Amino acid sequence: MAFIPHTGADVAAMLSSIGAGSIEELFDEIPATLRTRALAGIPEALNEMQIGRLMSERARADGTLLNFIGAGAYEHHIPAAVWAITTRGEFYSAYTPYQAEASQGTLQLIYEFQSMMTRLTAMDVANASMYDGASATAEASLMAVRANRRSKSARILVPQTLHPHYRRVAVNTAHNQGLRFEELPYEPAGGLTAAAALERYEGEDVTALLIQQPNFFGRLEEVDALTDWAHAHGALVIAVVNPIALALLKPPGQWGRRGADIAVGEGQPLGVPLSSGGPYLGFMTARMEHVRQMPGRIVGRTLDVAGKEGFTLTLQAREQHIRRAKATSNICTNQGLLMTAATIYLSLMGPQGLARTAAACHARTRELIGALTRVPGVRLGFAGPCFHEAVLLLDRPVAPLLKALSARGIAAGLDLAPYYPELGHALLVCATEMRTQADIEHYRASLSEVMQAARAA
Amino acid sequence: MSNVPADLKYTKSHEWVRALPDGTLEIGISDHAQHALGDLVFVEVPEAGRVLAADEACAVVESVKAASDVYAPLAGTVTLGNPQLTGEPQAVNSDPYGSGWLFRLKPAAGALAAAALLSAAEYQKFLDAEAG
Amino acid sequence: MAVSEQVIFQYSTPGRGASDQWPAEEGAGALEDLPAALRRAAPPALPEVGELEAVRHFTRLSQLNFSIDTHFYPLGSCTMKYNPKACNQYAMLPQFLARHPLGPESHGQGFLECMYELQQMLQEVTGMQGVALSPMAGAHGEFAGVAMIRAYHRARGDLERNEIIVPEAAHGTNPATATMCGCVVREIPVDAHGDVELEALRAAVGPQTAGIMLTNPSTLGVFERHIEEVARIVHEAGGLLYYDGANLNAILGKVRPGDMGFDVIHMNLHKTFSTPHGGGGPGAGAVGVGARLLPFLPVPLVAREGERYRWLTEADLPQSIGRLSGFMGNAGVLLRAYIYMRLLGREGMQRVGEYATLNANYLLKRLQEAGFDAAYPKRRASHEFIVTLKRQARELNVTAMDFAKRLLDYGFHAPTTYFPLLVPECLLIEPTETESREVLDAFVAAMSQIQKEAEQEPGRVRSAPHTMPVRRLDDVRAARQLDLTWKPTAPP
Repeated sequence: MAFIPHTGADVAAMLSSIGAGSIEELFDEIPATLRTRALAGIPEALNEMQIGRLMSERARADGTLLNFIGAGAYEHHIPAAVWAITTRGEFYSAYTPYQAEASQGTLQLIYEFQSMMTRLTAMDVANASMYDGASATAEASLMAVRANRRSKSARILVPQTLHPHYRRVAVNTAHNQGLRFEELPYEPAGGLTAAAALERYEGEDVTALLIQQPNFFGRLEEVDALTDWAHAHGALVIAVVNPIALALLKPPGQWGRRGADIAVGEGQPLGVPLSSGGPYLGFMTARMEHVRQMPGRIVGRTLDVAGKEGFTLTLQAREQHIRRAKATSNICTNQGLLMTAATIYLSLMGPQGLARTAAACHARTRELIGALTRVPGVRLGFAGPCFHEAVLLLDRPVAPLLKALSARGIAAGLDLAPYYPELGHALLVCATEMRTQADIEHYRASLSEVMQAARAA
Repeated sequence: MSNVPADLKYTKSHEWVRALPDGTLEIGISDHAQHALGDLVFVEVPEAGRVLAADEACAVVESVKAASDVYAPLAGTVTLGNPQLTGEPQAVNSDPYGSGWLFRLKPAAGALAAAALLSAAEYQKFLDAEAG
Repeated sequence: MAVSEQVIFQYSTPGRGASDQWPAEEGAGALEDLPAALRRAAPPALPEVGELEAVRHFTRLSQLNFSIDTHFYPLGSCTMKYNPKACNQYAMLPQFLARHPLGPESHGQGFLECMYELQQMLQEVTGMQGVALSPMAGAHGEFAGVAMIRAYHRARGDLERNEIIVPEAAHGTNPATATMCGCVVREIPVDAHGDVELEALRAAVGPQTAGIMLTNPSTLGVFERHIEEVARIVHEAGGLLYYDGANLNAILGKVRPGDMGFDVIHMNLHKTFSTPHGGGGPGAGAVGVGARLLPFLPVPLVAREGERYRWLTEADLPQSIGRLSGFMGNAGVLLRAYIYMRLLGREGMQRVGEYATLNANYLLKRLQEAGFDAAYPKRRASHEFIVTLKRQARELNVTAMDFAKRLLDYGFHAPTTYFPLLVPECLLIEPTETESREVLDAFVAAMSQIQKEAEQEPGRVRSAPHTMPVRRLDDVRAARQLDLTWKPTAPP
């Protein structure tokens, strides 16, 4: 029981070695008044057969919907090899690679991940990953305050087109350290950060500007102009990017004249299942001059005493186990297993596969927009190109429609009413390379029916 | 036994101070300190023009196993940070009292008199006491 | 074990790829609406390899690792116990993997029921009043915990409390977390037997005290015997007690942090509840709180209303410290912990602490018999203990690091070395409950053999390891000549 291998004879022999009469005696330093009597709230044990049945029942109860939700988590094809290798015990059940000689597999993998992410974002250095895209955005804001020494304001400009959850996480993570996040409005016609919104910061001390590309509405921001404005005003640029989209879109390292200073994002699209929101992985890359302000683990290549190449954790003096209260962050873990999956995924896709995936997402989304806006009472929210998401405006409240569609087996998108009430009845939809024309047609026909029914009611 | 040159002043946080002919002060970390830290891999020095209060953390020395702040032995204005250390942090290990100096400081009025700096003999005694 | 493996970019051949995995090419014009100025000029230089090449490469890389599945891994403070295969298999059922985090609750009732029950079970084993599952690692849970302590004081108008007390042997995350929450850190000493010095604590507390962060059993591998007194002193001063759950495995089923007087705790589910370490993550750092901190828990939480389960958000919990993750945290890790807890059940849960403690005390005793020095010889081991090699370092010039590296040659992962810093030349050893007596005996035999080598041919130990994929690496070179990404022409 409890995966404990001891026989009765083992226990007796071990207690005799220790010189204790019972296991209970080993707890004699704990005050008796504190000892737990029973754990009445814990059910009896299940064996593996029973847990298998229970979990299968619960999974069946959830069912599977035809998914058209994106909003920061995307359903992509995951090659079978990705998780077949990732769940090998040598990766799955290893610890953080502190003993480098016994962890070369994990260390080299991190080095390869860092290499791929810097190439994808056109930046100089990457860390070994963060918890998720939202927390990476928060950490990037803290990093920018450390890195931008000319700025004293700790003021970060945040477009409202940045994922609303990311905005909340950034504030909740950083406000205790005195960071101020000021929101920039978007222009209502195009759903893009308005250049005019920046005008009021002329001549003021701004530490950094966050830019999400594609933005939360799926629209493409004018990243060159925004980046150059920030740099001209002494602010750093933190890019929040989608790694699949980067196969086709200008990478942050090439934004504007100087490129972004830090790039972060959600790595989930790279071979990680949706899985109710986690575990995912945040990624973070930066220009070399900021490497010592980066949080998280970093791997470097070096030589062993015999002159052979090997890999090791480096720049550890930034981290909590050495610098304690003055560390760049309290983070110790990365999302190692998910980073492993992402690295394998990127190797299997390569430049061509990733570009085809990105192009297919874009094409399916255009088809989806085309199909859904043919339904009476549905129109496109913002003019101009989208990447693989778009805002639709409906002639009636979205929530009841989503409910009706989920009853028909469709996860039809995200209701934006709680996040952007000013948009009215707005729905954020997404189609990846996983959606077929038949899927899209099924969604269109179903939406048409539920809207007709709603109108009739 | 670490090297403690007789012509310098010291602090209990292991900085040394040298008076230069032009009235500014040159500041570094002692041989004892560099030895305790081990091979340095990174040194960050203050920029010229920065105004420091006495005991303000103003430079960082990093080895692979430790990181340590360097404190201003007295108040003043930085006139120069050692530009060589960015590419060659090991100079602090190989020549802590020479090419491994960290920064130069123009002392604030009265700061030198106010600072309780140790003589070489006093610093040596302090080191002996610390070693127990 | 594989010996070495080249970097994947070195396999790259232009035009090759795992094309069976790719979607069909889109027709011309598919991208015509994307403005040229926003497009990428050249494709990212990712490796171009076939599927079998990639599979072999990453499989070989895996073979360069030690892991729990292949080796005894007695890393102190890390709880490297067996990760049951069932936990992985049933957390990866297709419906769980396919569920979108923003999908309708109607199609997540099975999942939400698991999460709700996990909250309840964690609450029960820790003796707390409420649990939030969303923090994504131990340090993230610590952040949530200290942020709640701050929010609590602030909500009472007690604005001056910004000091966090930590014992000097604390994990580095404790002071780092306090800083992230805008607090200042005050360290207090521990006495010669590993207990907090109560006089120092009394002198440290005051109207500035926000709280104290403690690990119990402490990082020194012994139970804090004065915990009730510590709790009284801190509470009377108006501070709160934070329990760092790093060592919860030691006391699982035996003592509950809530009963010891703690107001908030984080649990490392990847330690005590056996979710995989994954080469450095994902972890999960659920937090539990007593009544005073209930309103401040991070969102989202799972609530049961009649027969249905639903998420609670800021709208339900206006005083919450808010959301700390993009969605709901490491859901898949939480499912694994849930399955593990159901497999153990009430009785199994109580055995964990018992057998972890039995194994640690047995291993300590056997090592002492073999001539090794315990750092705290007068104390019981908890689930882990410290051996100090101060004598070996002085007499033989062979250090704890040398022993650690030589253990790798004997097929054992090294214990934690040089933590806690308080004990010179320390090995922090945690066998966990899932190791058999034979494995522990073999470890003792290897340590004895290394001791013999240290006496007879110390050079062999000092230059270890000899049989691993690489020998000792030049960390100074790694940090001075940064090589962080692969470049075709990069000199090694």
